Amino acid sequence: MDILFDLAERYNYAATIFLMVAGLYIVIARGNMVKKLVGLSIFQTSVYLLFIEPSKIVGGTAPIIDPDFSVYSNPLPHVLILTAIVVGVATISLGLALIVRINEAYGTIEEDEILNNGDGG
Amino acid sequence: MSSVLPHLPALQVVVPLFGAVIAAFLRRGAIAFVVALAVTWLMPVIAATMLWQVIETGPISYAMGGWEPPWGIEYRVDLLSAFVLLLVSAVAAAIMPFARQSVKLEIDESREAWFYCMYLLCLTGLLGITITGDAFNAFVFLEVSSLSSYVMIANGLDRRALLAAFQYLVMGTVGATFYVIGVGFLYLLTGSLNFVDIADRLANVGPEQFSAMVAALAFVSAGVGIKLALFPLHAWLPNAYAFAPSFATAFLAASATKVAVYLIIRLYYSVFGGAIDYAALPISEVIIVLSVAAMFIASAIAVFENNLKRMLAYSSVAQIGYVTLGIGLANQAGLTGGIAHLFNHAVMKGALFVALGCVFFRVGSCMLDEVTGLGRRMPITMAAFAIAGLGLIGTPGTVGFISKWYLAQGALDSGSWLLVFAIVASSVISVVYIGRVVEVVWFREPTSKAVIEASDPPLSMLLPLIALTAAVVYFGIETSASAGLASRAAEILTGALATGVPPPGAPQ
Amino acid sequence: MSLDLILRVGTKLILPFILLFALYVQFHGDYGPGGGFQAGVIAAGTIILYAITFGIRAAQRVAPRIIAERMVPLGIFIFAGTGAVAMLLGGNFLDYSVLAHDPVHGHEWGIFLVEFGVLVTVAGTMLSLFYAFVERGR
Repeated sequence: MDILFDLAERYNYAATIFLMVAGLYIVIARGNMVKKLVGLSIFQTSVYLLFIEPSKIVGGTAPIIDPDFSVYSNPLPHVLILTAIVVGVATISLGLALIVRINEAYGTIEEDEILNNGDGG
Repeated sequence: MSSVLPHLPALQVVVPLFGAVIAAFLRRGAIAFVVALAVTWLMPVIAATMLWQVIETGPISYAMGGWEPPWGIEYRVDLLSAFVLLLVSAVAAAIMPFARQSVKLEIDESREAWFYCMYLLCLTGLLGITITGDAFNAFVFLEVSSLSSYVMIANGLDRRALLAAFQYLVMGTVGATFYVIGVGFLYLLTGSLNFVDIADRLANVGPEQFSAMVAALAFVSAGVGIKLALFPLHAWLPNAYAFAPSFATAFLAASATKVAVYLIIRLYYSVFGGAIDYAALPISEVIIVLSVAAMFIASAIAVFENNLKRMLAYSSVAQIGYVTLGIGLANQAGLTGGIAHLFNHAVMKGALFVALGCVFFRVGSCMLDEVTGLGRRMPITMAAFAIAGLGLIGTPGTVGFISKWYLAQGALDSGSWLLVFAIVASSVISVVYIGRVVEVVWFREPTSKAVIEASDPPLSMLLPLIALTAAVVYFGIETSASAGLASRAAEILTGALATGVPPPGAPQ
Repeated sequence: MSLDLILRVGTKLILPFILLFALYVQFHGDYGPGGGFQAGVIAAGTIILYAITFGIRAAQRVAPRIIAERMVPLGIFIFAGTGAVAMLLGGNFLDYSVLAHDPVHGHEWGIFLVEFGVLVTVAGTMLSLFYAFVERGR
């Protein structure tokens, strides 16, 4: 029971871990390349949460000095994740572009169908 | 001149970035090649100057944007990173002239400029990983180099190149994401992203946070392990190298995995080394077992491989095994062997893949049964292949011997005769796969029409090959440059390791 | 053609405001959430919306593919060029302090230029991606 209470108390971490494992599972288990990319995207998103959650303080504002506010959120993880999101966009779009080309070359985007043709190497 | 010197760390990364921008803007294959050539030849000059500075005056620190470390991004050049910078840029510079003819043949003319742009971005990323002292910045450069290398691989002639690129993209992204998770743990633990600063703060983390530190170590190991093709995580490498354009294969084989190895050395020794006593965790043992498995299994697969590029790709996995063996041994001689083998393997694999690129240029195939008797038609190319192959085996007088010697010594120092035996035995397997090729190309009569009409490639492709092959022999005899520097770097790294008492809370 | 009248008029009405919002996000980035990346995506969104409503031909008359593809390196050039100018003026790479008469103004200028570079690159990238995928199918 204790472990359930722990999980409920830290539900944000539970969500992060769930997304992480689910994403990775899709990447490994699915043969459809688009689904693989979806899984990859979910997996990456979980990392965004991993960085953002601890850095956001309830009631905290953007760290711009102002006499009205005294509680600030840490900006660095947000900036890091902005960079990671850009990297994620580039990865997903490159992956989709490759899928389009693979579909043109093989006529399918199912990995097992391509491998069954004896062509996957 | 003196005003340029302090900015060399930034220039090392910014110049290839500018080169990529120019190549993408002008969109002409020929101009892009000239830009790429000029940039690539400038890189070793910068790297060598910095290496000289490091030897003379100690590590260089460059505050990006004027923000002092640990707050800002620091570019940090110490002996190891200067060595790897020089290695990557020098091998790239040696291979570069080969690119013109090879790319012309294998890449569609309208895409040539983009291809050079991707190459320059990849170079930017690889040099960036090596030079940066910031954990997250290293991730960004890792992705810059990875994304551009996926594009380079996808440009291969065979349609299987697309599939290989996609598989590499999926595995590479998973690897990079694992690395970021590890960095995230480190950041939560220490509040810092600067390697030096993290190392300082990790030494002071409490025992209740020890497991978080080990989790971070596990995540970065798995992540970078995929990038460097550590044995069971190597699945992306053979196809990627086999179907990529010849120039991309030669460049990536000589540089990409080396830089990933550099990153793992940096993390193990400089970041975690001071905080985690490796004797208390089974890390060394795991790495050594995986390395030995790579040396044997990957070599054994290479023996039965008919596609020569794939054969060399599997051999790369095996050779990475030697490097990681040196890391796992974690003693002075072993690490010297590992670091020296980074350089030596880059030179040898560069030469071998350039030779295969020349073969493909003339014969149009890299299958073993289609190059029968090629030695008589392309004597210089195949002689270079044989010499570099001897290096791979570890024949005395070539670079391969030097690193294997140090590795064997490191194995002896750690008291394991079994590992010495493994090093020798796996070299015997490489005799088989290299010998098989040498036998087919030199001791049989040419049969196919393509082989009979073949001749040695033009000088622009031959010169890089000769230069790299000469380096295989030269650095096998004159060892002070490669092994000497590697030894000094290893001394610094092993000196930083935590020894003796395990940290409080460590599982005993 | 006549059935999508509301869509066509609505798009024309809304386009300038989307572009204005992109510029707001760009220039208000110093004080609130925003910046070059978001602004670039929104700006590219205007052209993409235009292309979806009026067809890819019409969109490419407004923003030709060749320009979209040139914008990508141009933005990086602005960014890296800012860094290089800072270097020439005696600071480190991307050290904005030396760009103007005093460090605070220098930082303002530096951030402005770099964010502008980001805007150009991101808008160009999004547009090039869109064009590349759209033209594949035909």
